Amino acid sequence: MNVLEFSALIGLGSLLAGFLGALTGLGGGVVVVPMLALLFHVDIRYAIGASLVSVIATSSGAAAAYVREGYSNIRIGMFLETATTVGALAGVGIALYVSSNAIAIVFGVVLLCSAYLSSRHYVDGAHLPPSKLAQRLRLNGAYPGPNGKESYNVTGVPAGYGLMFVAGALSGLLGIGSGAVKVLAMDRAMKIPFKVSTTTSNFMIGVTAAASAGLYLHRGYIAPGLAMPVMLGVLAGSLIGARVLMRARVKVLRYLFATVIVVLGFEMIYKGITGRI
Amino acid sequence: MSTHDWGDQRIEIIVGALLRTGVTLAAAVVFCGAVVYFARHGTGVPNYAVFRGEPENLKSVSGIVHGALGMSGQAIIQLGLLLLIATPVARVLFSAIAFAIERDYLYVLITLLVLGILLYSLFGAGG
Repeated sequence: MNVLEFSALIGLGSLLAGFLGALTGLGGGVVVVPMLALLFHVDIRYAIGASLVSVIATSSGAAAAYVREGYSNIRIGMFLETATTVGALAGVGIALYVSSNAIAIVFGVVLLCSAYLSSRHYVDGAHLPPSKLAQRLRLNGAYPGPNGKESYNVTGVPAGYGLMFVAGALSGLLGIGSGAVKVLAMDRAMKIPFKVSTTTSNFMIGVTAAASAGLYLHRGYIAPGLAMPVMLGVLAGSLIGARVLMRARVKVLRYLFATVIVVLGFEMIYKGITGRI
Repeated sequence: MSTHDWGDQRIEIIVGALLRTGVTLAAAVVFCGAVVYFARHGTGVPNYAVFRGEPENLKSVSGIVHGALGMSGQAIIQLGLLLLIATPVARVLFSAIAFAIERDYLYVLITLLVLGILLYSLFGAGG
């Protein structure tokens, strides 16, 4: 297989990953690393570098579409980014010292967890009493609802902040967006309305990934010949996916994609334990 | 309260345009680099199975810019990826300015902290 064929195959796989990731809301990054490592036998470090780059591309590309709707909360995003970016630096620090097999095992566990989390839905606590900390940080906000502006209050700031650090560390360690953990922190811990948390989380993913991408670049993890088809493929796939999303019935697809993630998760754990990654 | 909301809304529209421009520009540069790379190395054999780390001129900001000016396909791709990484950084910088205009100094501080971490990652740590 020469460079041209290799790039075309990886570009196609990434296109599919980005498409399904956008359609199901699970993000394409989470399957890019297993695809490269298991299918194309790419060293997991190169895979992580390429995946991170594609995560930044999809996050920024989708955010451009989201912001017009006015759901995201820029203060919540920026405040929590102090946790995710520091977490990302810590994640990269860990990645530099642990073996590829250990990374593969952690990756597999995270895949299984995100498949589980995506199968559950939560009701947000719409009208909570305001918490002091959230008020001082001016995190409470409003978003456009069907009957005009709907205001919301935020609670559980310390717990959400802690979870965000973990999300950042996983992003830096594994080269993924950690969207599932970010939404978990904002939905469950901080009780932010779903529409606000998903768009704000998407906004944060790009900044978090940028924090680790610089470090990985300087350590030679980002191989241009590999990152190029992954970035272009995932970006194109996610943009197409976002367009189709308006019309498609995604429930079946969601289950299908979650199943793929579970299979990849077990495979990563198995390969990690047997030392074949 | 409502003036703040409107201010935020306007900021976000500008931020959206900034992100779109950054991603489009980055993708275009990566694509140009890919054309050069394929023309020169398209028939070569890819090898990513063993991690060796990228060479010095594809790791540092100055090395990448230098290589891209010399029309190296891989360096041009890398330059596009640098632009991509710089897009969220630009958005954070813009947010800092926007908060300063709103005189929200707590958030100017928070935003500058995030910006500092990003710049450290991009330039500080062995860059």
